[in-house]
Amino acid sequence: MDKSADGIAPKRDAYSHDLPVVAGNGLIDRRALLGRGVALAGAMGAGISSSIAAGAEPLTEDPWSLEIGEATPPYQTPSKFEAKVIRTRSNPNNEPRNSHARTPHHLLQGTTTPNGLHFSINHGGIPVIDPDRHRLVIHGLVKQPLEFSLETLSRYPQVSRVTFLECGGNSAPMFAPEPMQETVQALHGLVSCAEWTGVMLSTLLEETGIDPKAKWIVAEGADSPRLSRSVPVKKALDDAMIALYQNGERLMPGNGYPMRLLLPGYEGNMNVKFLRRIKLVEQPAMSMYESRTYSQILPDGKAYRFYFLQEVKSFITNPSHGMALKGPGLYEISGVAYSGTGRIEKVMISADGGKSWAQAALQEPVLSKAFTRFRMPWRWDGGPATLQSRAWDEAGNVQPTRAEFVAVRGELTKQPPILSFPNQHYNSITSWGVGTSGEVKHVYA
Amino acid sequence: MSTLRPVVFSAALLLAATASVSLAETPHLGKPIDEASIANWDISILPDGTGLPKGSGTAAQGAPIFAEKCSACHGDNGKGGIANALVEEDKKIVGISASQKTIKNFWPYATTIFDFIRRAMPYNAPRSLSDDEVYALTAYILAGNKLIDSGDTMNAETLPKVKMPNRDNFIIRFPDRI
Repeated sequence: MDKSADGIAPKRDAYSHDLPVVAGNGLIDRRALLGRGVALAGAMGAGISSSIAAGAEPLTEDPWSLEIGEATPPYQTPSKFEAKVIRTRSNPNNEPRNSHARTPHHLLQGTTTPNGLHFSINHGGIPVIDPDRHRLVIHGLVKQPLEFSLETLSRYPQVSRVTFLECGGNSAPMFAPEPMQETVQALHGLVSCAEWTGVMLSTLLEETGIDPKAKWIVAEGADSPRLSRSVPVKKALDDAMIALYQNGERLMPGNGYPMRLLLPGYEGNMNVKFLRRIKLVEQPAMSMYESRTYSQILPDGKAYRFYFLQEVKSFITNPSHGMALKGPGLYEISGVAYSGTGRIEKVMISADGGKSWAQAALQEPVLSKAFTRFRMPWRWDGGPATLQSRAWDEAGNVQPTRAEFVAVRGELTKQPPILSFPNQHYNSITSWGVGTSGEVKHVYA
Repeated sequence: MSTLRPVVFSAALLLAATASVSLAETPHLGKPIDEASIANWDISILPDGTGLPKGSGTAAQGAPIFAEKCSACHGDNGKGGIANALVEEDKKIVGISASQKTIKNFWPYATTIFDFIRRAMPYNAPRSLSDDEVYALTAYILAGNKLIDSGDTMNAETLPKVKMPNRDNFIIRFPDRI
């Protein structure tokens, strides 16, 4: 089970063929790995026994076991050996334009994105907000406009909710006519998942009262562009929250400190950060972000408006583009699935470019509008393989194939710059091609 | 079904509002504030013109402001620079690339121009322009795109009436979510 920076070693002896193959190119019944059943235990035993002790180095004491370690820090950060596990940034020198930082999915496991690695997009830098002076005002078509401080909101009943957040422009490079040779971080790094804690917006709206004429809220941030988005009152009263905490600690500055709007399942930009004002109105404001940026051009020249939803989607994080398999053997295919319309129902995996499929194991708990980790044992025989994942949600929505998606939404006529957002709301299947050398590349299939 | 929904929805809202009076189980720690105290922050503008402030401006008044405060990023006469072009020739939308979402070809409402300039521009000094200056810059951009005549005055009355060519080209993706 060793894993090095430049390759992934097989999990066990390649030549134990007693695991049940359930689909083409070596996909193995998901119960073999997840259940830790007899079949796998036997197989691994066989693998170990076949490579016993030949020329093994005797174990010695390492220096860190022979001296006193470092002091325990007040706020711990990852090991210095994990220095490569970082976000990639589009604008490190804070030039006068927006900036993105992408989550390194290929270097993470489980379903919780660590706060330091949660994706972040900022349109006028990250404001340095004094939490004691920050205010949230709710006004407009209400019975009584109210002002809340962070301290007062902290005294309201707190609710925790695990939910993914995804930029509407995540995966935009997938609109390219040829597969862009980029990592899962570059392609899909603008989605993350965290546990958010705060106050239900419906609780605050109950206190202000709502004029029945109000159909929309306009949310606005305290950042320099005063980023503003219109959200239907319907969503505000459903599951919208004012989030104050992220994975148990206060929000990260780049994720909206000290408070943000959280709209589970809706495009990231609507989850207004640094939230300072909510105005109830009769009609949408048609802010720049809703009337231009997040309206998507369709092949016939018309455009979608008010897309809102991040639809059912999945991608394999391991193995993925840029990795190399170290020879034939047993591997675990793993990735994340999520849907803005509820829980993930199932994830199917193909190792032969969609000719045959088998069901992946889903890590419990499977939560609504949250990352679900899927896993699938796979025996690579050393030949060419094309790995794909495809997700279904509980509402019956299925992740489209790329051909199905492009038939409706179109694709670009030339390769876009990797950091550009030529279109939005891309949710079709991602394919990773494995070559005979073990090299993994982004392909269309 | 969809025609019934707004009625049911309004009823639900009324119930919610009524419930707040009778239940009174929430902390009620919000501090009442009047709209006059919010006025400095309340820069929301709706496409029908609701929220547009007093004041006015013309393209001629906007030109020197644009040259001084906008052209460094948006290029001379708004032809584009390190930031997006604001003034462009008429082009038919071909293909799905977002590069075509120019003000002239894509933006459905002229009020959005005023709104965005007032809340976010200039990038390094937002909220530094007077409302007259914002109207003048809006007029300058609209006239440069030949969406209004060069002598037209933009104000709370005239701006919402500007007909944007692409206005009717949008499809609401999920109507049941509104």
